[in-house]
Amino acid sequence: MEITEVKLLTIIAEAVLEPQLIEVVEEKGAGGYTITDARGSGSRGVRSAGWTHNGNIRLEVICTSDVADDIAACLRERYYADYAMVLFVTDVGVLRPDKF
Amino acid sequence: MDPVIWFFLLGVLAGFMRSDLRMPKAVYELLSMILLLTIGLKGGVELAQQPVGGLALQVLAVASIGVVLPLVVFSVIRALSTVARADAASLAAHYGSVSVATYAVGVSFLATRNVPVDAQLPLFLVILEVPAIMIGIVLAKGAAARSNWGGVMHEVFLGKSIVLLIGGLLIGWLSGPVGIEPLEPLFFDLFKGVLALFLLEMGLIAANQAGDLKRRATLVILTGILTPVPAAMLGIGVGHLIGLNVGGMTLLGVLAGSASYIAAPAAMRIAVPDANPSLSLSASLGITFPFNIFIGVPLYHEAAKWLAGAGA
Repeated sequence: MEITEVKLLTIIAEAVLEPQLIEVVEEKGAGGYTITDARGSGSRGVRSAGWTHNGNIRLEVICTSDVADDIAACLRERYYADYAMVLFVTDVGVLRPDKF
Repeated sequence: MDPVIWFFLLGVLAGFMRSDLRMPKAVYELLSMILLLTIGLKGGVELAQQPVGGLALQVLAVASIGVVLPLVVFSVIRALSTVARADAASLAAHYGSVSVATYAVGVSFLATRNVPVDAQLPLFLVILEVPAIMIGIVLAKGAAARSNWGGVMHEVFLGKSIVLLIGGLLIGWLSGPVGIEPLEPLFFDLFKGVLALFLLEMGLIAANQAGDLKRRATLVILTGILTPVPAAMLGIGVGHLIGLNVGGMTLLGVLAGSASYIAAPAAMRIAVPDANPSLSLSASLGITFPFNIFIGVPLYHEAAKWLAGAGA
């Protein structure tokens, strides 16, 4: 079985940003994404999933390294200063690299 | 006291004592949908029964409350405190806009006392929700500043509260009292029960917000307590001028005195990112909402009765 290495970009951010994040992800050429409700605590206090306005989402994108860089750079510039957001990239292996 | 208010207190206590009580998000969403539809349907049915004359002029007068309030709140906060422009503008948007939950408590208060209410109040609720948010954004950025107006307009006009209120009004208006009868058990008979559960969750959220209240606590508390009463008096006065009955004046006072905690926070978060969201939210939800449901609503009702009596 042939496994190809691509990137998994995970963004944890305020739920209110969801439409904007999706726009960036699609604009930068990612083939798809997955969103889940998330909760936790960090430098901006406890963020619970129970209530929309202080809820968090976790957005995951599997994409090439270039696309991951593009998305990360764009989000850092637009949202890091004012919004609760954590972003990290990991290596993952996939079976069908053409999908991403 | 209206028993539904006790549910709010129960929620607050449970929140402060860190009980594991939590309302599932989907249930909260459903309850708020039922409340919004009920308010819309009720207004629509009544509008179908008794067409209101001079509605355009009334709408204009009510919209002007939504314009004047945020401007005044912004100027006063800027004049009396050192708070940043963006934060003052965000507070102005929250206080100019309205809270559906406070309105629902007002409806419940008047229903318990058999006070009739003018049919057009739900329409006023819709009208008051929007202008303050736009003014808040302009105040924060200046009219010329580039901002994502498309996204904000979408958020404001197609947010679920506007869609459900206007949808309910239209359905109620088109169906009339006879047509709506089969729906009455869910929407009208259950109103108080739904409101009670909704307020329970509101209590939990308010306790959370009050706990957030660390920085700028004085500003938040003063804004939260001092804004509603004069704003409500403006609403009651305008209600009197446009010829509303006592119930209508009371509810217009409640609307003007209430502060948004759903539409305004979401729109301001997107449009004015540098405003601190917990500042406005802890004022509107942690202070003003409890103030209004415990003290405000009865007070505004007394003021409306007094003004109606004095004018007669």
